[in-house]
Amino acid sequence: MRKIVTALMGTLSGLVLLFSYHTSTAEQAVPGGASPESAAGSSQSSSESLNDGVPDPTEATSETEDSSADAMSGTFTGDAAETRYGAVQVEITVEDGVITSSEAVQYPNRDHHDQRINAYAVPVLNAAAVEAQSADIDAVSGATVTSLAYAQSLQSAIDQAFQ
Amino acid sequence: MRRAPASTLAALDPMPRRAFVAQIMGLPIAFHVRGPLARGAVVEKAVERAFDELRADDDLFSMWKPDSPVSRIRDGRDSLDDAPLRIRRVAALCDEARQRTGGAFSAWLPDGHGVPRFDPTGLVKGWAVEQALRGVVARLDRLGAHDVLVNAGGDIAVRCSRTDTPDWAIAVEDPRDRRRVVQRLELRTGAVATSGTAARGRHITDPSTGEPANKLLSATVIGPELMWADVYATAAFVLGRSGLGWLATRPAHAAVLVDHDGSVTTIRG
Repeated sequence: MRKIVTALMGTLSGLVLLFSYHTSTAEQAVPGGASPESAAGSSQSSSESLNDGVPDPTEATSETEDSSADAMSGTFTGDAAETRYGAVQVEITVEDGVITSSEAVQYPNRDHHDQRINAYAVPVLNAAAVEAQSADIDAVSGATVTSLAYAQSLQSAIDQAFQ
Repeated sequence: MRRAPASTLAALDPMPRRAFVAQIMGLPIAFHVRGPLARGAVVEKAVERAFDELRADDDLFSMWKPDSPVSRIRDGRDSLDDAPLRIRRVAALCDEARQRTGGAFSAWLPDGHGVPRFDPTGLVKGWAVEQALRGVVARLDRLGAHDVLVNAGGDIAVRCSRTDTPDWAIAVEDPRDRRRVVQRLELRTGAVATSGTAARGRHITDPSTGEPANKLLSATVIGPELMWADVYATAAFVLGRSGLGWLATRPAHAAVLVDHDGSVTTIRG
């Protein structure tokens, strides 16, 4: 399971880079009718499993062990991430701790230009997440990213995978 | 949906790990924490505090917020001499960076009319992220050894307090094809920063000409501290291949340069 995070977080930068690169001219609001909705959990899902009270190291540790014993397989849908290009939402499928597919289930589709962009970008993005899985990378260094696009959505998917 | 745990993976890397992402300074900033309490509330609080510190620095240094202290200095409403201490500290570091890079890095870049304006953004990000990382490490070390990685829009710094964990694996992306990497590095403590133009509309300005630098596709610098790795990467990107000799004289730094023809040059520090 650790590998999921390893691979996914390693992929985040690359994905965001890809997305911001290919859609850098589509700088407007969410596409009509594509209102963001999260399939499971909320954008705060990362904190829901944690106590808000006084930090208790022992409890936190056992919590971790509980969660890491589960969630090795399944389909996890990230929250929709609002980006300047529109809403983006990613779904990953995990089997025995390995990402077998990653798919954008919602992405900007406002006009012909966006459609052209996404027809190319989204399959590339989907392939990139799976490819990086085998590369065992913790992080990618590249030219500065200016959009959270896929990062928010994938992060949310990862958090759900670890609950 | 659920299947048996993948015991091989767990055996390889049994340490709890968690990632936190926030959008600050116009960048996605991700902290990864690895260690026994990584998924506990106490770690979440430590990282949240780092995010708050970065947001406070963004308020100080933003050039996009019209009334930020740096914006007021840029348009002449306020003087740098009277600026808050953190801004004066950064201005002094910018001067040192200009000297160390022979002018290839400068915080005084010409505006649209050729008038030099204070622009410390090329140094502030690395400086602020490095400090935020140190804060997280200090807070977590009181609770036991943890490893921390921060990735601020493609510039990365890591600190490992544990001795039983694998090195962080950091890839340098191929600027021609972001699905590929040109280098894979393993680091326990240090930083990797990349300068390039492909991912953003805003270019890196060559201080000597005022024009966008265009000699390389990307320049990556590996070193002990994120701020200097970032400054050197910017300078290396501006200098191009003519900066190879200068780069080779940077103690404790290494570099990976990608040329327009795709050739990769690696310089060991």
